[in-house]
Amino acid sequence: MEKMTLQVNDLCTSFFTDKGEIKAVNHVSFDVPKRSIIGIVGESGCGKSMTARSVMRLLKYPGKIVSGSIAIEDKELTALTEAEMSNVRGEEISMIFQEPMTSLNPVMKVGKQVQEVVLLHRKVTKQEAKKEVIRIFEKVGISEPEKRYECYPHELSGGLRQRVMIAMAMICRPKLLIADEPTTALDVTVEAQILELMKNLRDEIGTSIILISHNLGVVAELCDYVHVMYAGRIVEQAETFELFDNPKHPYTIGLMNAVDSLEKKQGVLDTIPGTVPNLLDLPEGCSFEPRCGKRCEKCVECVPELHEIAPGHLVRCHACGQEV
Amino acid sequence: MLILIGVAMLIFIMLRIIPGNAIVTMMGEHANPEAIVRMTAELGLDQPIHVQFWKYITGVFSGDLGTSYSLNRSVSELIATSFPNTFRLAIFAALFAWTLGIVCGIIAAVKKNGILDHLFMGVSLLGVSVPVFMVAMVLQYLLAYKLQLFPISSGSAGLIGYVLPAIALGWNSAGSISRLTRSTLLEVLQEDYIDTARAKGYKQLPVIMRHALRNAVLPVITMMAVQLSSLLSGAVICETIFSINGIGRLAVQAIDGRDIPLLQGTILFSTALVILGNLVADCLYSLLDPRIRKEV
Repeated sequence: MEKMTLQVNDLCTSFFTDKGEIKAVNHVSFDVPKRSIIGIVGESGCGKSMTARSVMRLLKYPGKIVSGSIAIEDKELTALTEAEMSNVRGEEISMIFQEPMTSLNPVMKVGKQVQEVVLLHRKVTKQEAKKEVIRIFEKVGISEPEKRYECYPHELSGGLRQRVMIAMAMICRPKLLIADEPTTALDVTVEAQILELMKNLRDEIGTSIILISHNLGVVAELCDYVHVMYAGRIVEQAETFELFDNPKHPYTIGLMNAVDSLEKKQGVLDTIPGTVPNLLDLPEGCSFEPRCGKRCEKCVECVPELHEIAPGHLVRCHACGQEV
Repeated sequence: MLILIGVAMLIFIMLRIIPGNAIVTMMGEHANPEAIVRMTAELGLDQPIHVQFWKYITGVFSGDLGTSYSLNRSVSELIATSFPNTFRLAIFAALFAWTLGIVCGIIAAVKKNGILDHLFMGVSLLGVSVPVFMVAMVLQYLLAYKLQLFPISSGSAGLIGYVLPAIALGWNSAGSISRLTRSTLLEVLQEDYIDTARAKGYKQLPVIMRHALRNAVLPVITMMAVQLSSLLSGAVICETIFSINGIGRLAVQAIDGRDIPLLQGTILFSTALVILGNLVADCLYSLLDPRIRKEV
């Protein structure tokens, strides 16, 4: 069997609010094979960021992991104490966030912010750490690294800040990098550079990457394996080529049609009717059922299971796959 | 500078509007009217008001704040001798208020909605709402009179005499500082870069000390500077209760004696302190926040 960097099994994360339990992540399982890039796609509020934050155990109050297991290589993360977990963060798993503008501390030099990570996890002197920072700055394509080291975040452009974030995430050569919409806030040319950079780093350092995005184009370009999430559940997962050639779940098809209609420049944008269901009040059956064109009676009654319709291609839908 | 001149003018005019005549107070109810006229001329009070003001303001710029009517000494000299006492009191009060306020604010923010949070915030509400004279008198009664731990009057008691006045004076500031620290810290802890810091592998406490506090402390510093200058100039009640010979007491004496030059002097001096305090706050602000430094 292929070696896995991360195995997430049956993860449930909920927010316990005054109005009730919000099931942000609902029985999610996925694996991240070594040196692979997997994508998690879905629209806003579908639980992709919460999945990532659960893996980092950085949920904001009142979010909590309810059940399930998260294992990095053979280490079970849900069983670690907070202190043990903080040793894992930055060293074994690191994360970059969506907003490079606000993800850096505004009153600290960027070099120092990266240097901190080294000092925190490695027994090195400040000078050695600084040298290492300058080396990684070069590697992530920051020109004049020594000058940039002394800059404050507001003096850098969005693209440069995201490079700093990537440098910060990669400097300890983590086993896993979680990138939560790393290019959403950037313009298209910079986006392409950043994606290219992440790919190179994967090849060079051998880090596995979880890429979270709502942008199918980004995912198609970068990922080996894609998981589509809807309302807290994974509704379809397959290798990238398989998924894009042969999407099965009506939601995935809807997403792709929306992109296609953009590319074909036809007058009307293909959209999926309706909106994401309220997570406080999920339908009893399939959560996509109210918006689905292929719904049947069974869909209202019970939540479909994820089942394999082709090798490695799983779909959570009553309407598809059985005939295959 | 312009503000100072404006304030000087304002004080000057206001003090001439208020009722009460210094000469009469000085010479007694039954003074000889001729003597009063002579005295008025001697002090230059018979001249038109703009001439008086011009004389005064030119004096101010050369460091001469006039001569006290009631104490017959130069106002600058009186201020110079009493300011060290006020300064000591204000510094102690500020140190007490800031340490207590910031530490309690941090603990309250970290243990949000916990017992300590509620306790500290309850007490700080008392701190903000109970007036200085109340705190001062309660402390004086309990600790100095009943338990005799501290001297009742601080004037000649040395440093130990400043403990109670400093607590009484700093009490209000401690309350507002802790509330402000708590709320700004809670706000900062919601920021994205706090997530980044935790994602780096920092534990809770270093995240707060290294990343959150420096950002949260910016508004607190402004408040601290404003407070320090008002502590320096506004210790009137506290100094009177504990009989400390500071600026505040001097001002009270000046009011009692209708001693216009002395009152003008003390108010002008306090104004200068407030302005200076704000200036220092702005400088500190730009030192701590590189974004402001750049714009300047």
